Amino acid sequence: MSEIVIYTIITVSVIGIIAAIILFFASQKFKVYEDPKIDLVEEALPTANCGGCGYPGCRNFAEACVKADDLSNLYCPVGGNEVMKNVAEILGKNAVDKEKQVAVIRCSGSYNVRSRTNNYDGAENCTIVANLYSGDTGCQFGCLGLGECVDACGFDAMYMDEETGLPVVIQDKCTACGDCVRACPKDIIELRNAGKKDRRIFVSCINEEKGGIAKKSCEVACIGCSLCVKACNYDAIEINNFLAYIDYEKCVLCRKCVDVCPTGSIHEINFPARKIKPQKKEKSENPDLVKIAKDKNSSETKE
Amino acid sequence: MLKTFSKGGVHPAENKLSAEQSIKTLPIPKTVTIPISQHIGAPATVIVKKNDIVKVGQIIAQSGGFVSANIHSSVSGKVTKIDSFMDSSGYKKQAVVIDVEGDEWDESIVKNNEVIRDCNLSSEEIIKKVGELGIVGLGGATFPSQVKLSVPKGMTAEVLIINGVECEPYLTSDHRLMLEKGLEMLVGTSILMKALNVTKAIVGIENNKKDAIEHLTKLSEKFSGIEVQALKVKYPQGGEKQLIKALINREVPSGGLPIAVGAVVHNVGTAYAVYEAVQKNKPLFERVVSVTGKSVKNPSNYLTRIGTSVSELIEAAGGLPEDTGKVISGGPMMGKALNTIDVPVTKGTSGVLIIPEGESRRGKVSDCIRCSKCVSVCPMGLEPFLLMTVAEKQNYERAEKEKTMDCIECGSCSYTCPSNRPLLDYIRLSKFEVGKIMRSRKS
Repeated sequence: MSEIVIYTIITVSVIGIIAAIILFFASQKFKVYEDPKIDLVEEALPTANCGGCGYPGCRNFAEACVKADDLSNLYCPVGGNEVMKNVAEILGKNAVDKEKQVAVIRCSGSYNVRSRTNNYDGAENCTIVANLYSGDTGCQFGCLGLGECVDACGFDAMYMDEETGLPVVIQDKCTACGDCVRACPKDIIELRNAGKKDRRIFVSCINEEKGGIAKKSCEVACIGCSLCVKACNYDAIEINNFLAYIDYEKCVLCRKCVDVCPTGSIHEINFPARKIKPQKKEKSENPDLVKIAKDKNSSETKE
Repeated sequence: MLKTFSKGGVHPAENKLSAEQSIKTLPIPKTVTIPISQHIGAPATVIVKKNDIVKVGQIIAQSGGFVSANIHSSVSGKVTKIDSFMDSSGYKKQAVVIDVEGDEWDESIVKNNEVIRDCNLSSEEIIKKVGELGIVGLGGATFPSQVKLSVPKGMTAEVLIINGVECEPYLTSDHRLMLEKGLEMLVGTSILMKALNVTKAIVGIENNKKDAIEHLTKLSEKFSGIEVQALKVKYPQGGEKQLIKALINREVPSGGLPIAVGAVVHNVGTAYAVYEAVQKNKPLFERVVSVTGKSVKNPSNYLTRIGTSVSELIEAAGGLPEDTGKVISGGPMMGKALNTIDVPVTKGTSGVLIIPEGESRRGKVSDCIRCSKCVSVCPMGLEPFLLMTVAEKQNYERAEKEKTMDCIECGSCSYTCPSNRPLLDYIRLSKFEVGKIMRSRKS
């Protein structure tokens, strides 16, 4: 009985030793040198694997950082400047400072301002609606409201507002990874600079129809009237295809465009409430524009 | 035992409400909106300008490539706008708006009802004429007919199949055409035979149109090589591949065209349009449209000018019923719900179907219960539940391997699913995405 045990132990040990020798030489021969810095960089990253940097995961981004000569084209939007600084320190390179960004929804066509022209009851998937059907409102550009962006968000930074039927970005959680931007088949979501004190101004509409048609399908659509362009002293606003776009690099957050917009499609976020008196003063400085805006407002209300 | 295709298929309620109504001519509308992309392939290029005066049958947009078709004016009058308008796809596309003044036809069109049987043109001349006069497949897919008639090198056509199946429930435009224009249709068939250089043609008709079968069988005795074949009623027998399988028992290979098995399929409406084009020099500017539905006052078939608003058709059939839930362009299985009825009738509009509110909603979607009904009804032998799952997971490489591109979008799977799963919606999405991948691979 004990003989069997001894033989077994001996046989297994011999096999083990032979295998160990083979493995030792194999590991010598097939050794792949990996920069230990890659591990260090990976540790410094948020490891969310969101793909916001343009690489499939954090490991690949770390490899790219180690390989790259300089970090000017590499940026982890989730970690932001702080993480990039750490990465740069590990690698002894210079990191670029980028301003914090946040996702904004460029559509405010909620249920009460954008009337439903028909009922869509097909598959609940934005991409299907965008490719095969045209949604259930008169606006061909606006949000379809089926929440593909919310599903795409890996940081719980978005939710669908049931009252308006539109997605909402929770600013504190948004890491500007861009997953929602890629998920939206209508290109409604844009990454914009978070701005000073998190204050932002943007055109919350992407309707490229002529003013009349856009307004018919949605009350808060940009009609391309170019009042905002005239009001802006910093050349920050451009109109293409009857649609205004505010360049966040040039915008100084003066809010003049918000005042003159006749449809209210320019949104201001995180600004303190306005005092009524100084606003009047501000308006009187630009009597012509105010007049045009007023006329426009009154003519529209008459309709 | 009547012939039919072997794999899958369903049998929805037929509801051929307008089958007894003879074709009426819809009065010419005040304005028409003629989209320049009414066919599969490249859109045509507009060659008229604003304020031009056009005649009926005058070419207004030139074919934009090999797979494309000329567009002709369907009315006489003045071009008032060339702009983007909503069409039945729900998206805005370029169209020409013409204000009607009188009804002056182009001089070259022979405007009488006399049936001319003899055709002295050669095969090439016929194909050229079919192309010039903008004939496209009128079964619904609107594939330019001259492309189908030009047999690729190295292949030969052996048999011409004329599709009189009309397997979609409700629709009756082809049925009425066969009854009322049977002789012309058969002359058109013999012209198509000449163009393809074939000696045999089979007209396939489902057995629920007994009067048409009888009528055409009698007429076909006067034509050599044309045979009329009754078929068992089963959807989607009107699909090219299914009809070929049913009539000549050949299977079109995956990704191939019917010509690969020596067959060319044309719809009865196309055969009639070819007759009119070749013998009467008349371009395709009007077609028969069924306006039907259980709640419609007078379900009828109208000979309609292309570009007429769908709302006018509905008005002619007794107006839009109050409890309307959906208006569909085409049949209930493959048609598309319109999001406004102010869209123009195009070459592909075979019917306008009005569904009352109670019947129009899709059921509540629940989980797949693995009953495999979708697999057993798929006429292409695919696995719709699997295709939907991979499309949901955006695994388009797998979708391609599972032959999503073979799907003919007949909708049998969605129709039969007890869990109301939107199978076809996802399969269409995967076809769209896989098509994109395949095109990028080519270029």
